[in-house]
Amino acid sequence: MSVAPTEPETRLRLNGRDVSVTADPQMPLLYALRDVLGLRATRFGCGEGSCGACTVLMDGKPITSCDLPLSAVAGRAIETVEGLHAAQPNHPLLAALVDLQAAQCGYCLPGIIATARSLCARRPAPDGPEIRSALSGHLCRCGTHVRILNAVERAVAACAESAS
Amino acid sequence: MSLPIPLAAAPLISDWISLSEPGCLDLRTGRVELGQGNLTALLQIAADELDLDPEQIRITGADTSLTPNEGFTSGSLSIAQGGMAIRLAASAARHLLLAEAATLLQCRPDELALARGTVEREGRAQPLTLWTLAETASFATPIVDWAAPKPPEARRVAGRPLPRIDLAERLTGTPFVHDLAPEGLLHGRAIHPPRMAAGEVSIDLEALRARPGVVAVLRDGAFLGLAAETEFAAVRAAQWAAARARWPAPGPAPSDPVVAIRESDEPLEVVHEAGDIALLSGLSSQCLTVTRPYLSHGSIGPSAALALWQDDVLEVWTHSQGVFPLRSALADVFGLAQEAISVHHRPGAGCYGHNGADDVALDAALIARAVPGRPVKVIWSRADEFQCAPLGPGMATTARAWLDTENRITGMEVTAASPPHGNRPGRNGAPNLRAAAYLAKPFPIPRSADVPLANGGGAERNAVPGYAIPNLRIAKRLVHGLPFRTSSLRSLGGFTNVLAIEALMDEIANDLGESPAVFRLRHLDDPRACAVIEAVVAAAGDPFAKPRPEGTGWGLGYARYKNSAAWCAVLLELEIEDEPRVTRVFAALDGGEIINPDGAINQTEGGILQAISWTLKEQVRFEADRVATASWLDYPILRFDEVPEISVRLIAHPFEPPLGCAEAAQGPTAAAVANALRDALGVRLNDLPLNRDAIIRALA
Repeated sequence: MSVAPTEPETRLRLNGRDVSVTADPQMPLLYALRDVLGLRATRFGCGEGSCGACTVLMDGKPITSCDLPLSAVAGRAIETVEGLHAAQPNHPLLAALVDLQAAQCGYCLPGIIATARSLCARRPAPDGPEIRSALSGHLCRCGTHVRILNAVERAVAACAESAS
Repeated sequence: MSLPIPLAAAPLISDWISLSEPGCLDLRTGRVELGQGNLTALLQIAADELDLDPEQIRITGADTSLTPNEGFTSGSLSIAQGGMAIRLAASAARHLLLAEAATLLQCRPDELALARGTVEREGRAQPLTLWTLAETASFATPIVDWAAPKPPEARRVAGRPLPRIDLAERLTGTPFVHDLAPEGLLHGRAIHPPRMAAGEVSIDLEALRARPGVVAVLRDGAFLGLAAETEFAAVRAAQWAAARARWPAPGPAPSDPVVAIRESDEPLEVVHEAGDIALLSGLSSQCLTVTRPYLSHGSIGPSAALALWQDDVLEVWTHSQGVFPLRSALADVFGLAQEAISVHHRPGAGCYGHNGADDVALDAALIARAVPGRPVKVIWSRADEFQCAPLGPGMATTARAWLDTENRITGMEVTAASPPHGNRPGRNGAPNLRAAAYLAKPFPIPRSADVPLANGGGAERNAVPGYAIPNLRIAKRLVHGLPFRTSSLRSLGGFTNVLAIEALMDEIANDLGESPAVFRLRHLDDPRACAVIEAVVAAAGDPFAKPRPEGTGWGLGYARYKNSAAWCAVLLELEIEDEPRVTRVFAALDGGEIINPDGAINQTEGGILQAISWTLKEQVRFEADRVATASWLDYPILRFDEVPEISVRLIAHPFEPPLGCAEAAQGPTAAAVANALRDALGVRLNDLPLNRDAIIRALA
């Protein structure tokens, strides 16, 4: 019986905690999150970084996790929608999306939430056209765009307000 | 009282409602939540009849082990049919239990009321609740014996917005079938042949089985599948196999399928006639033909399913629109009794019609059969989703109108040519599941008869103009024999047919120098139709009465969906920059009784944006007999920096039946876009997509 070679470990910071992942370093971060670490709220959409569904934050910046190998996140800080929900269940972004009922199927939203979080942190706060441009890498097929844009604008304004 | 259709198969209160857990009413529907918010609205209907708070009700969507069989959740019928069944069931539960209470309290039932599940008499709570009463009253009682729904003016929950009950978990949780991860999970992948031809896949199976992480491989005719311990291993092995697998050679294909549809000489079937258009030949007429390419449903989450075999019993978790028809189709393929299969719905990404949901369920079941006792989850790749799911068919619709001497349209002929729009599982007497067509023992996909007119029709949907025109000849030409698999995409033929009719209305109004709104209104004798058109014109400040800036146009579109459901008018502004872009949209919708106004507005906004995307941007591409479109880079859709402002006005009629709202806006939106582009450009474009290339071709 052959012994399987031991997979290398990748250490990273995930939602504020240090974790190590034992897996092929070529494994995309998305599969590591969903299948190894059990964080399945980040979604698979295309596997080639062209729809935005799998977006998470790396060191505060939105990145697509479906085409980013584990080796590229070693030592980095990754935040997913689970992290936001655990830390701030009433975050203005989550509150605005619910208040404005800015969803139909909702499959695209965890990725949009990641990009929108980075917009909430940006100073000076981005205006409407900047928000549209920032979200243009995310696809929504249900046609909920207008509600999502309104919710993100509201959250960006609320975050700017509370920071000032 | 004519009974809602679902009550025929599920006539008892107990089919829909139980009160086994104190404080909670369990409501069961045979409909599925596809992101359209129907479960929230169905719950509102029950809350009203039973005077419960919405939070006291737990609703379960379609499940072959638990709920009534309501067939497919399609055609915008969740409320019009399923909702009315639930209204009667909930009303029957109320009256049955209040009769029981009246016996115990020795009073008349009409002296009693309900508040949050507690019986009240003269405003005072009695020591009786729905749950204590249900211990002695039997719900195994026909609904028709007890149902007497409240009058519309007594409703308190239906007719008002209620937040979606499932929203929070869609934002931050894991509700999707993609997210299921039971103990012992294996990750499956099917390596799909590029065409649905029977034959045998050739591949080195032993080498595939030796790929890292692979647990099982399966070849059955042209079907090739594998299971692996991790998703990454499954994806890698599938990529390895896809690069090496060989299938039977390509078959014949037209160089341009849309041209083949337009020029098809398949037989014409007249579906509706009035008066006699043959008598109009001396009058002046106008004619145009519009085409649309094949479209992808384009779900953001590719199709996925989980399957588990244990002791020759199959269990499937799916985002199918019809768990019962899927069960029947699987029973056919596996030669099992239906009772040996259970199918549970779990959410998927929005599907907008018959996408790959059912097909991937068969993929998962085939692979799982090779590893009994272990659950197998299959998630299609993005390329699979474009290339293996049924497509919305290309279409060509020709509309001709004859004008009388007073410039009134006196006759119209509409001919819709299209591959079939109906190939769902079980239709046309076959499983209609992709892999079933190429197993060693194949279940070929038969010629589809399209969607019957009783269900709103397929190719001919909305081909009858919604105007008061005395002479009509409406026909469809079903185009068979093209190699591409087609089925239902939101609004079916209605999208192209409304586009054709409304483009023609616009052309004639233009020629006569009349406002497109006024021209339509003088051909309408239906006050509810006039009301939606008048509402959008008023909301937009009658743009046709004013000069429009260079490069800017306004367009109007109107239809009553299926000629029997919701009335919808769309008026929008379009600017031509680098690409044509819709900037402002005004819509009005009369959907009869509206249960959840915010939900109806959300559905209408979504329908408008999706239809703008279809009209301006989308087109599936082919190479010979296979779909070439493989990624979002090949298939641009509307993006966040391209969406217009939208204002939707609902015209509510709480005393009228609910009509559904999810598919009313697509046809009118396509027409409004095309008409606005004509207004901006001075030239009409009839072949979708109406993108920059189309404009350049038209102006050349």
